[in-house]
Amino acid sequence: MRTFKILTVSAAIIAVSAFAVNNVVDSEESSNSSEKGYHIGDTATDFELKNIDGKMVSLADFEKAKGFILIFTTNHCPYAKAYEDRIVALDKKYKLKGYPVIAINPNDPSKNEQDSFENMQLRAKQKGFTFPYLLDEGQKIYPVYGATKTPHVYILQKEAGKNIVRYIGAIDDNYQDTEAVNEKFVENAIDELLAGEKVSLTTTKAIGCGIK
Amino acid sequence: MSMKKIFLFFIGIIFLGCKENNSSKTEENFQAKDIPTYNFEELEKQLPQTDDKVYVVNFWATWCAPCVEELPFLTMLDEKEKEVEVILVSLDMPKMKDTHLKPFVEKNKIKSKVMLLDDPYSNKWIPKIDENWDGAIPATLIYNSKKKKFYPKKFDTYQELLDEVQKFENVN
Repeated sequence: MRTFKILTVSAAIIAVSAFAVNNVVDSEESSNSSEKGYHIGDTATDFELKNIDGKMVSLADFEKAKGFILIFTTNHCPYAKAYEDRIVALDKKYKLKGYPVIAINPNDPSKNEQDSFENMQLRAKQKGFTFPYLLDEGQKIYPVYGATKTPHVYILQKEAGKNIVRYIGAIDDNYQDTEAVNEKFVENAIDELLAGEKVSLTTTKAIGCGIK
Repeated sequence: MSMKKIFLFFIGIIFLGCKENNSSKTEENFQAKDIPTYNFEELEKQLPQTDDKVYVVNFWATWCAPCVEELPFLTMLDEKEKEVEVILVSLDMPKMKDTHLKPFVEKNKIKSKVMLLDDPYSNKWIPKIDENWDGAIPATLIYNSKKKKFYPKKFDTYQELLDEVQKFENVN
């Protein structure tokens, strides 16, 4: 009986160590995922994802758009919450100018109930979202873009039928206080695109919640 | 590759075993009410560069599930390894310090050093930690006086974290 116990424990230890080794390899790979995603100038893929109204949404649906403010965002993340009102304001300001906001929740709802489809619907209603809020069901889209966190913005510009990545990063330089913002990264980039100029600051960094 | 090396290896293992058993820290329990708040410039001054300890600086927040999952590995490391100092840099919102951070630290009896980084201009300071970090947490910086490495990921096991730290302890 005792020998059996020792054997079982040893087997468990071996199994756990083997698992640990696998995990090391896996996580080292996944830590590079952002490098595998899009860079400035790449052509972004279209998608077909379910909106909170139950309808499927693709970039191709927006025939008149000049481009998109694609934002990976979510319900549970305090950094994402801090930007909800500013995302609504961005959509209101730039939708008419040809750059609508498309929001995508990249998190697996089974990992956090707050990020479920029903709670996405609820949050969008509470905050008065004026834009599509899509669920990346099966988490197939965010890794292609290389999004690592929420909120994480990709500005796309339509060019010869393709959606070209022009900006990757944060919405502005102060998540805490709208009044204390010094640089409105996304607004500046779109204003430059609308003026027919090149985006001068193409990538920025910000703290966000890792996608899970 | 001689017998001598193999022998030394086993001595090493025995030595490590002893070290783990004997070196649990005897510092006073950390008082959650003492959690200091720093901007990035002040935080930098809290990260020593001079002695030969290995520093493990972990960026986390109470609302970040994978951060909370790996936290026990960090506090365990801090308690078991005498030559390692763990610094837990919380990125909770400043208004969450009293409502979330302090209760969390108290409830989990965290004895490691905890500080709140309150510096919203993160595009300025993130590249100073590591130029390839895009700001997702959890993330960990491990360094000593000779080298440093940044891990933009979650440690899934205690062993995984310990293995990385030991790479620093072996640098002489």
